[in-house]
Amino acid sequence: MIAYTLYLTFVGAVIVLLAPRALARWIALATVVAGCGIAAITFLQTSDFARAQTIVRVPWIPALGIDYHLAVDGISLTMALITGLTAVSSVLFSWNVEWRQNEFFFWLLLVIGGSYGVFLSADLFLFYLFYELVIVPKYFLIATWGSTNKAYGAMKLTLYSFFGGALILVALLAAYATGGSFDLQQLSRFHFSSQFQFWAFPTMFFGFAVLAGIWPLHTWAPTGHVAAPTAGSMLLAGIVMKLGAYGAFRVAMNLFPQGFYAWRGAVAILAVIGIVYAAAVALRQRDLKFVIGYSSVSHMGFVLLGLATAQVLGAGGAVLQMFSHGIIAGLLFAVVGRMIYERTHTRDLTVLPGLALGRAIPFAAFTFVLASAAAMGIPGFSGFAAEITILLGAWRAYPALVIIAGAGMVLTAAFMLRALTKAFFGESTTSEAAGYDPISNAEKIGASLLLCATLAVGLFPNLLLDRILPVVQRMPWLN
Amino acid sequence: MNYLTLLKFALPEAVVTATALGVLGLHSSRPRWRDLCELLAVVGLLLAAGVVLALPAHADVFRGTLVASPLNSLFEIVCLAFAMCAVAYARGERLAHRAEYIALLLFATIGLMLIVSSEEFLMIFIGLELTSLPLYVMTAFNKMDRRGAEAGLKYFLFGSTASAFILFGLSLIYGMCGTTVLSAIGEKVAAQTMTPLLAAGVVMVIAGLAFKIAAAPFHLWAADIYEGSPAPTAAFIASGSKVAAFLVLGRILFIAFGSVQGSATWHGFVAGWSPLLALLAALSIVVGNITALVQKNLARLLGYSAVAHAGYTLLGLLVPGHEGFTATLFYTTIYGFTLVGAFGVVALVRRQTGGDTIRDFAGLRFRSPLLAGCLAVFLLSLAGLPPLAGFFGKFYLFAVAMRANGMLWLVVIGLAGSLVSLYYYLIVVRTIFVDLPTEGVTTLQVAWTEKLVLFLLGAAVLLLGLAPNLLLGRIEISF
Repeated sequence: MIAYTLYLTFVGAVIVLLAPRALARWIALATVVAGCGIAAITFLQTSDFARAQTIVRVPWIPALGIDYHLAVDGISLTMALITGLTAVSSVLFSWNVEWRQNEFFFWLLLVIGGSYGVFLSADLFLFYLFYELVIVPKYFLIATWGSTNKAYGAMKLTLYSFFGGALILVALLAAYATGGSFDLQQLSRFHFSSQFQFWAFPTMFFGFAVLAGIWPLHTWAPTGHVAAPTAGSMLLAGIVMKLGAYGAFRVAMNLFPQGFYAWRGAVAILAVIGIVYAAAVALRQRDLKFVIGYSSVSHMGFVLLGLATAQVLGAGGAVLQMFSHGIIAGLLFAVVGRMIYERTHTRDLTVLPGLALGRAIPFAAFTFVLASAAAMGIPGFSGFAAEITILLGAWRAYPALVIIAGAGMVLTAAFMLRALTKAFFGESTTSEAAGYDPISNAEKIGASLLLCATLAVGLFPNLLLDRILPVVQRMPWLN
Repeated sequence: MNYLTLLKFALPEAVVTATALGVLGLHSSRPRWRDLCELLAVVGLLLAAGVVLALPAHADVFRGTLVASPLNSLFEIVCLAFAMCAVAYARGERLAHRAEYIALLLFATIGLMLIVSSEEFLMIFIGLELTSLPLYVMTAFNKMDRRGAEAGLKYFLFGSTASAFILFGLSLIYGMCGTTVLSAIGEKVAAQTMTPLLAAGVVMVIAGLAFKIAAAPFHLWAADIYEGSPAPTAAFIASGSKVAAFLVLGRILFIAFGSVQGSATWHGFVAGWSPLLALLAALSIVVGNITALVQKNLARLLGYSAVAHAGYTLLGLLVPGHEGFTATLFYTTIYGFTLVGAFGVVALVRRQTGGDTIRDFAGLRFRSPLLAGCLAVFLLSLAGLPPLAGFFGKFYLFAVAMRANGMLWLVVIGLAGSLVSLYYYLIVVRTIFVDLPTEGVTTLQVAWTEKLVLFLLGAAVLLLGLAPNLLLGRIEISF
């Protein structure tokens, strides 16, 4: 049934494009709600998560032995769920898009559909097709509906994604030429020579890591997030960055365990540099959206650190962090891009204190406080559950790096608090209260959905970990 | 073997000849029948395609002079389809003597059909000349247009030099082998070692055909012809002429020269001409993409990108055996369809806006959504993005190249070239979709025939991306 998330989203995208303007957002909403519902039901109903269950498998291109092959396990279900949640809230937060509405939702749905496709594919060609499919819709979303420096941000993001894709393709084709198949399960059983793995792993892993925002290839992320429209930033941070991390986990590490073993130290060091560096840069930003953009890079550093531990706990925590960060980043971008920027038309942290937004739009302040608490890793929210799991896993592999990453968490708290106080709790300089539009119902529903999700995962992390850990335990690269 | 059999297997060509004469006759009869020229031409081409399908699948008339095989029939039909599109474009074009133009187009089509269906040097050469001569005239058809006259003269000078090279090379090879039949040459060549005379012959033939496919450094004509000639001519040169040239190049290399021994084994290449071809491919990809980067005119941009695409397509010919040739044929065919479509849009915009620089396409989305959508599909397919045909075409080429020994460097050059090309295609796509039209520009008037042709081409590019096996399954190579 989960395959219908894919079909529904693409069919919905085509209908949105052709439908009358007045219906566009309703069709988009119906599509993403249906997708999210299917993902949630399958997530709750599936009982055997540990091994990949084939859903569809039909021959597609016999000349290369390519099958149309979809399969799920606990991790792909988790990722499908976050895709669904982010999709619903991103449509709700773009309820007020008026300019070329049909096209906007068309591209939005293509990003969502492509992401479902990546998480469900069990054939490398299919996987790569969906992975590359997401690139162009992102470009259009940013270049057409974006703000600050949108042409530059869109092009940079696209070229970076495509560059990462080219690296992946080289290693992927080399794996095909050696292993003789595009089937993921079959390839993961093939023993590539260690010499081969030594160059193929980094080529593929860093190709994926471009999208996951690894330092020093992360620079597309802040500019892209800032340039994107609100829904675009939410999808970018919520799902698209996960595509990279998921690919690194599912393909690169799975196919080349020896290569991973040889390179994991380097990955861990780059990950920790990313955590600390991005947090330090976020501390100095004037544009509120840049603060959130760099916080995304910092949080994704935890994902990469978790993967690099090669431990059950670390890697499981990394997947949990992917989920958690998808929700938190979505919330933060929604508050900054939709609730604040579209009302005040500024994101400047030197101007915002004068507006005293905490009193003007209290719901936004409330959401932002909770979201930043989750981002800081305060117990009870999903961020804490994920990061503590990663650090526990990493403690056994890299104790020194854990201490540095911990310092990064302190920096995160610092920049989140700085942003919070400046944006919402400054002293009002004008006497009359500015008349901002009240927070709409669509915004309230979207924010509540994400807030509930982060609380649910924070309080009951086992809801996800029970489905993630059995898969991780079967991975060939466990230390 | 008697003349009746010859007539039977030459029937498709005979039908096209009769149609061409019919078009000329129709034109010199009553004035109000003149508008029927295009209709007659399309009917004749459809009839010829029907005859191709009705003929026996396998036959060999006069030892290779005319060969019927599933592959040849397929490509005869492909060439007829290209001719049909060109006829449809000619309908809207401002041409002084329309009937003569269409008759010339049909004569060129006969040449293509002969090239495609022959495995004998003399016939191939006659076919090449029969294609080239009408194309020279068609390039300079608008006598008052300075750009057209310049393009025609350039095409004629370069083209006749290339023909001279081919003919000289063929005469050398004939002198050594005493036969003009490809398979017989192959046997003779296998029995002897590499001599300077043979090398000279091979190099001359390859250089002559490299001109036809616009591979660097024999590419200098391409951009001028694409820019200066009437759009149907440019579309036909970029598609039909190129596809036939690739087919015949592959056939000559594999059947006649397949056993040419290299004087040194270089990078594991088998045949002696491989290093030469690899050099052509690498040079084409680099020169084509870098030159395209700075173009301001869309037709010129397509011209230089054509050079780069010739480079990618050559990769398949470097892989010994059927698979590489299949990849080449698949890629060049979908490339042909894509470029025919792109030139259709360029023709319409050029005719109604008065120019074809990239600026003239600004806001095309607001002036004609269908045209804008189709052009985006064509350009993104050229860039190699899923789910369009160009994505699988490139993927397939790179996959087979990767399986051959020592081709990694060419694949890496190809991918780097793709990254560069994505940039310039995206700039055009952004101009179409994001920029607003310049003032005073109204909606484009598009005739229903042109709408239909463009829609079908766009749909074909999408469909062949989703189900490449529709075409791939039919390319059965028999040697």
